Amino acid sequence: MVESRGSAVVEEMELVHPKTFLGKYIWSQDAKVIAIQYGLTATAIGLVALVLSILIRLQLGFPGTFSLIDPSSYLQYVTMHGMIMVVYLLTAFLLGAFGNYLIPLMVGARDMAFPFLNMLSYWFYLASVLILVASFFVPGGPSGGGWTLYPPQVISAGTPGAGGGIVLMLVSLVVFIAGFTMGGLNYVVTVLQARTRGMTLMRLPLTVWGIFMATALALLAFPALLVAVLMLLCDLLLGSSFFMPEMLNLGEPSGHEGGSPLLYQHLFWFFGHPEVYIVALPAFGIVSDVLACHARKNIFGYRMMVWALILIGVLSFVVWAHHMFVSGMNPYFGFLFATTTLVIAVPTAIKVYNWVLTLWRGNIRLTVPMLFAIGFLFTFVNGGLSGLFLGNVTVDVPLSDTYFVVGHFHMVMAVAPVLVIFAGLYHWYPKVSGRMFHQGMAKWHFWLTFLGTYLVYFPMHFMGFAGVPRRYYAYGESAFISESVITMNLVITLAALVVASAQLLFLFNMAWSLRHGEKADSNPWGATTLEWQTPHTPPRHGNFGDQLPVVYRWAYDYSVPGAAQDFLPQNLPPEAVSRAEGGEASS
Amino acid sequence: MIIAWVVILLTLGSVVFYVLSPWHLTPLASNWGAMDSTIHITALVTGAVFVAVNLFLAWVILRYRHRADRRAHFDPENKRLEGWLTLVTSLGIAALLAPGLWVWGAFVSVPEEAHEVEVVGQQWRWSFRLPGEDGELGRVDTRLIDETNPFGMTEDPAGLDDRLVMEPRLLLPMGQPVKLLLRSKDVLHNFQVANFRAKMDLVPGQVSYFWLTPTEAGEYEVACAELCGIAHFAMRAWVEVVEPEVFEVWLAEQPTQADWLARANPDPTAGQAHYASCAACHGANGEGNANIQAPPLAGMAPWYLSRQLELFRRGARGTHPEDTQGQQMRPFAQQLADGAAIADLAAYIAGFEPVQASPAESGNARRGARLYRTCANCHGEWGQGIPATQGPRLAGLPDWYLIRQLEHFREGIRGRHADDPYGNQMVDMAQMLVNRRAVEDVVAHITTLTATEEE
Repeated sequence: MVESRGSAVVEEMELVHPKTFLGKYIWSQDAKVIAIQYGLTATAIGLVALVLSILIRLQLGFPGTFSLIDPSSYLQYVTMHGMIMVVYLLTAFLLGAFGNYLIPLMVGARDMAFPFLNMLSYWFYLASVLILVASFFVPGGPSGGGWTLYPPQVISAGTPGAGGGIVLMLVSLVVFIAGFTMGGLNYVVTVLQARTRGMTLMRLPLTVWGIFMATALALLAFPALLVAVLMLLCDLLLGSSFFMPEMLNLGEPSGHEGGSPLLYQHLFWFFGHPEVYIVALPAFGIVSDVLACHARKNIFGYRMMVWALILIGVLSFVVWAHHMFVSGMNPYFGFLFATTTLVIAVPTAIKVYNWVLTLWRGNIRLTVPMLFAIGFLFTFVNGGLSGLFLGNVTVDVPLSDTYFVVGHFHMVMAVAPVLVIFAGLYHWYPKVSGRMFHQGMAKWHFWLTFLGTYLVYFPMHFMGFAGVPRRYYAYGESAFISESVITMNLVITLAALVVASAQLLFLFNMAWSLRHGEKADSNPWGATTLEWQTPHTPPRHGNFGDQLPVVYRWAYDYSVPGAAQDFLPQNLPPEAVSRAEGGEASS
Repeated sequence: MIIAWVVILLTLGSVVFYVLSPWHLTPLASNWGAMDSTIHITALVTGAVFVAVNLFLAWVILRYRHRADRRAHFDPENKRLEGWLTLVTSLGIAALLAPGLWVWGAFVSVPEEAHEVEVVGQQWRWSFRLPGEDGELGRVDTRLIDETNPFGMTEDPAGLDDRLVMEPRLLLPMGQPVKLLLRSKDVLHNFQVANFRAKMDLVPGQVSYFWLTPTEAGEYEVACAELCGIAHFAMRAWVEVVEPEVFEVWLAEQPTQADWLARANPDPTAGQAHYASCAACHGANGEGNANIQAPPLAGMAPWYLSRQLELFRRGARGTHPEDTQGQQMRPFAQQLADGAAIADLAAYIAGFEPVQASPAESGNARRGARLYRTCANCHGEWGQGIPATQGPRLAGLPDWYLIRQLEHFREGIRGRHADDPYGNQMVDMAQMLVNRRAVEDVVAHITTLTATEEE
């Protein structure tokens, strides 16, 4: 069936409207359904990772209590928790769920450029998740080599899952990358080619900019991981020696010769550092739009924000070895990578200033999305600043491989983006579901999550100062680790339990409100961007009904002086803007 | 409104916590005080920014909270303000980077006069090699590493006077710069002494390095800081910083490669004479005697027997007041005159035919098998023992002996002595057995093991 053509000049795409339940909700080619599929799958596997983190915390908080958690399983929990959270939850959720839902709607397109490929991308993602989960059930269990999967250790004796679990992990990553590439090409092409009339690049909402840049980074960075993973598979299965030097395996010769463990680390972090920004840039974008909308104010320094995103994206490819300052690479690299790393702090700081300055002289509504956005700002400032310790080579040396690192990366790339994911979910929930969420539960969810995570991660930095190493199963018998660290671990575990339960409250709220939430208006927050201007809520297949919107303005016309409304939708023609009585805006 | 006050409280609270927290940098014991200075500079600058940004944020929330009668300002750009902020930030970043790079310049410049010490890591222990009179370490080759040549020494004559330190305890002379050459036999490790600040990974297939000058006398714990497998958390060693004279005396006591090569082959015949007093309890063929709690010795490898006899003799085992059987054993070990006598005795015992343990009376072997997968990394999948990890054979040991030893490790009755590093490690590892039931389960599994793959 062919959708009737709208008045817009851009080429209309042909959409096939499925009629069966299966076609609509399972084998769907509608980006919005695919987005929800991504979101639900990522949430499910994210819950697994959440449970793993609780098991980790139980061991650290109550050492020698749980027979289930032995040194092998502890390392397996640590490994799977890290890998799932970074790749299968954060990357998949921010790009797969938010990207799919928002890109076509925000740029004024009917769907992604290649809907079939888009569907395939999800099914690849699901397959990669299932393969990963399968590794829990093979003999020996999943890999326990740490989420960075460093050889030789990860494929050698003495590491849990070195035989079976790691193979499934690597295969799963290959499938994930293949699936992501399909989705990623789609996002890039859609943003570049399917924007509606009037939607110039400099009128794009920052959410789209963030997701677009992150996707571009991912398309360039994931191949490095793919290569590393394939070589690692060869070393393991075919006995090649890409990363494996002449070495012993618990006293026996391993049979390898001439490989370089450092080569793997370079490849991994060439992917791994951009990966931080693959997660961060969409979060930067989303939080910009949430802040502007709920403060009823234009984003401060839009062009600067866009250029900062681009600059951060480019720089993120030349900082990777700051993860390797004590790796045994040539120490002279330290000069270069410390410099590039600290340079990247400048555009990042500009983004923070501009967020705060967006609130400045605004008219701030402390809605739930706004609370999460403020929570993000506080957390991100903290996590970003602690990055200045670790990026500055000399300062990094005493702190690397300690709990300072754990505290830092959880603040900056776990809690901060997750708070943005929540801000985004609450912000767009009325559009996606057509209902409002329960305010009370959402506020409890915010406070428990925000305060709880700060209590969990802030003290870890200080354990790092005291030299407490990370990835330790137990600390009881150490000379230099004081009793108070053990006590703090207990407190952290209790806080972590509270944070985890708060997430159950969130899930309950999302499900409960689907049926019992108040009916939502099509634009309850008074937002300017196109997804709020759809004829139906939730938007139907094809997004905009008969006519594609035409864009006349940027995404941040909030509180425009002289206008009667305090926001002007992007598709509102200039002649339709009604004049305010008094004219001038006041502070 | 609460959010603004919470931001203020968290901001100030974080500063207070920074000042009052009980966790600080460990007492400095090396020349890298400059690293501490860079940490302090960074903490000061980032702390100031943290407070400024967050307090401004809180003020903005308070000042510009929603009022129906108010409209937000419309100011898309403010080039002046953005320019100033960029400039000030860039200057701040430069102020952090400059001292960092300056100190790094010192870090990468090893002083000419630094003496060299090789640190060798393997799963999950440390050993050390120091050059002899010639001041030069002999060449090594990973392919040559085996039980008789743990460092993989080649025939390079420069290596003959190298001092080999097999125990995980290193002495360093105070005030003398030392270049630590880091070598791994298997996977990645990291030599971290928190008090020294400097650290570096050990990477198989290459030699990495860093340097420092120890400045404070004392004993410092080495903790592995790069994930290296299941016993990563138990991979410890000690570095003792001493006066140079003490260091020289210690160094001279360590065996050279030449000593190691010239060591006499142990003589089982001589050992047989020593065994006479053992036989009364442990049996003529080392089969053990459950009635008097004497474990079987048959099947135990010479390296393990020697180490334990040495520990008994030195008082590092069998001195704990609650270790009744160990106390009984100790006088017998003290009858052995020296290392040679011990080696002879161990060689004799090695000739005994191993015994098979009878199935354990308690415990669930199936549950125990899951627990044992951690043990298997050092003791072998079939309980055969792995010399490289210093994990002795367990197959053939009876349930009552294993249970008692595991309980002793758990309670620190065995293995907590400072001179018993592998005992220390076992104390750490035994913490995974959280109760008596877990101990009995794993022992039930061990008594089914036969040291070889086929049943």
